[in-house]
Amino acid sequence: MVFAKTGSVAAGNRVLPGFGLSLGFTLFYLGLIVLIPLSALVWKTFSLSWEAFWHTVASPRVVASYRLSFGAALIAAFLNVIFGGVVAWVLVRYRFPGKRIIDALVDLPFALPTAVAGIALTTLYAPNGWFGRYFEAAGIKVAFTPLGIVIALTFIGLPFVVRTVQPVLQDIERELEEAAACLGASRAQTFLRVILPAIAPALLTGFALAFARATGEYGSVIFIAGNMPMISEITPLLIVTRLEQYDYAGATAIAAVMLAAAFVLLLAINLLQAWARGRAQRA
Amino acid sequence: MSGATLPLASAIAPRAKASTAAGEPAWVRYALIAVALLFLALFLFVPLFAVFAEALAKGWDAYADAIVDPDALAAIKLTLLTAAIAVPLNLVFGLAASWAIAKFEFRGKNLLLTLIDLPFSVSPVISGLIYVLLFGAQGWFGPWLREHDIRILFAVPGIVLATIFVTFPFVARELIPLMQEQGNEEEEAALVLGASGWRTFWHVTLPNIKWGLLYGVILCNARAMGEFGAVSVVSGHVRGETNTIPLQVEILYNEYNFAAAFAVASLLALLALVTLVLKSLVERHLHEDAPQSIERSDA
Repeated sequence: MVFAKTGSVAAGNRVLPGFGLSLGFTLFYLGLIVLIPLSALVWKTFSLSWEAFWHTVASPRVVASYRLSFGAALIAAFLNVIFGGVVAWVLVRYRFPGKRIIDALVDLPFALPTAVAGIALTTLYAPNGWFGRYFEAAGIKVAFTPLGIVIALTFIGLPFVVRTVQPVLQDIERELEEAAACLGASRAQTFLRVILPAIAPALLTGFALAFARATGEYGSVIFIAGNMPMISEITPLLIVTRLEQYDYAGATAIAAVMLAAAFVLLLAINLLQAWARGRAQRA
Repeated sequence: MSGATLPLASAIAPRAKASTAAGEPAWVRYALIAVALLFLALFLFVPLFAVFAEALAKGWDAYADAIVDPDALAAIKLTLLTAAIAVPLNLVFGLAASWAIAKFEFRGKNLLLTLIDLPFSVSPVISGLIYVLLFGAQGWFGPWLREHDIRILFAVPGIVLATIFVTFPFVARELIPLMQEQGNEEEEAALVLGASGWRTFWHVTLPNIKWGLLYGVILCNARAMGEFGAVSVVSGHVRGETNTIPLQVEILYNEYNFAAAFAVASLLALLALVTLVLKSLVERHLHEDAPQSIERSDA
């Protein structure tokens, strides 16, 4: 554990008391709850032989689950960029009755437990459900197929795009759009050349956040997925299945791959946000 | 708003003019609003409504029976207990972390911030798995725990630990930017005037951040009570003993007892609605906490 004596390193003024106590407790608690348990995963991964690790993470069933988890997350995040973008635009630019309530309800996927969302969506999209019966009539199966997974992941990712784009749209100076209009730009041109470039970093950040959340999502998906090996089995479910069979090594190997993907995404999101901030400051 | 009939007035009121000079035609506006509302209805409002409709599908009596069922009551009790432990601990951590990070300069701060956010980027399933690897029969502490007859995994302590992990960053990430924005001047003034460190914290810092703190606690609590994936991995699913409300919902649903599953789920949906209401109320006060720099006018 890193109980470094940060006191000597620190610069700046030290009028306020409590640095040692607060940082000490922060590091202690962080170590206890987050770092030691996560290092157990890393340690366990390295205790596997390379053959055993590779045999697990590259087996056809596991590879099919990566394709499904990342593919469905990608489609869901893309849907969220389009519709979340429209929702953010409408909430910032237009007035309509019930707007405040609708604005507050956008956060529902953050507040509603994933298991509840999962069973509600499954019931709606099941072949005899409120929505499902119409899809069924059209010959489309939604629940218990990858399409159902996309729906659940779209639900989960919805607030990320709206909430990252909303503040940026609010800060755009309307004068720029007026100037574009005065210079003879059509509304579509103004949107494509003035507004879209301004909100593009936020859209991209929202996309990445929604995608990252969707790849690891479990609760809302397992009910609607059907969980058929090779077809509708997501990677987090495979980890749970391995654990239930007391195959700790297998669960760890798959988890290590997911964790590595999560870190890459986290890094990408941090870079994106830094880029967006830099652009905002220059503007 | 059409400025065509009142050219003079619109020249005086540039804000009104703006909506015509750089605005969309009415039909585009209505179409966009319709698309947004339809999307939200399909993905948010109807599923939320469906929870309550399905919960009451067999009438109020069946609803009440499902909720006062002993296993459901045990699940409610366990969920409340878990949140009652996890939220205060993460609250204290949030205060300590934000004090250290916002009030002082030190090396490695960005790394620390990233590490605090880490639980948000980890899949819930992995959040549970790491505790299995620590405390499971084949885990680091497994043999020792078995020797001393202490149960952590598939028991209440494991559920609490996994919940603390997934709700770890909520309070801290709310408070850190808020305290950074407020600066140190008020605390320094209090200290110069002779207040002790703790007194300064209680009477100067805490009143300044109370809304941000409350905001973080509300979000932390919602997640603590609703967490499914991580808790599912460490719980062991013993009815009446290690089932939280979300796990109870899963069991009932998998037994095709849909009305009861949705009845118990409706408690969580109500919790979500209360959370959203409190959140919007606190958000309004949050703007008072934040100094001049954040001005998000929601017109």
